[in-house]
Amino acid sequence: MMVCMTKSKLISSLAAELPHLSYKDVELAVKLVLEHMSQALSEGHRVEIRGFGSFSLRHRPARMGRNPRTGVAVYLSSKHVPHFKPGKQLRGRVDIVPRPEEESTV
Amino acid sequence: MGVTDGNDRTVTKARMAEQLFREMGLNRREAKELIEMFFEEIGKALETGGVVKLSGFGNFELKCKSERLGRNPKTGREIPIRARRVVTFRPGQKLKMKVRTCARSEP
Repeated sequence: MMVCMTKSKLISSLAAELPHLSYKDVELAVKLVLEHMSQALSEGHRVEIRGFGSFSLRHRPARMGRNPRTGVAVYLSSKHVPHFKPGKQLRGRVDIVPRPEEESTV
Repeated sequence: MGVTDGNDRTVTKARMAEQLFREMGLNRREAKELIEMFFEEIGKALETGGVVKLSGFGNFELKCKSERLGRNPKTGREIPIRARRVVTFRPGQKLKMKVRTCARSEP
């Protein structure tokens, strides 16, 4: 059973858990939160959510690539890519529970 | 090692709550609660084995890693690393385009 949480499902469950806020308010808030994080990253700032994880940028140097269809070499300029590092608490939550007979974990 | 600096502009839950307070007029307690719940909901979905797809931002997915032999870098001794499930984030096209040409290109 692969559940998929989408933005609209997330908004619905938040709205259900926060009855004093309207659906429209929650919808706007979720949009603002995602925009805030994207904007901060694009300006080179980190996003650090305690217990959840942190978002930062990684640099990718320029390289010569190839058009896979034509085989023509193309220059690809350096760029930045978003990177997420899950926090300790989230890592613990999603990890499969170790069986009791397994005693050695690092 | 990242490009992004950890400085006083780092975005935190408190900063995001403050933004909701300023831009939406939610009171501070409501804003804080909403931010907490936002990340809690994502965590809960992942914990129960689901995928989280936030269009325009990115997808949080789970990867099952099988058991492997690792090495203690200090002593060089081999140690088993048990099978585990980890979260990965795949940024969406829109976010990738947005951060691509970040001006702070020098680390």
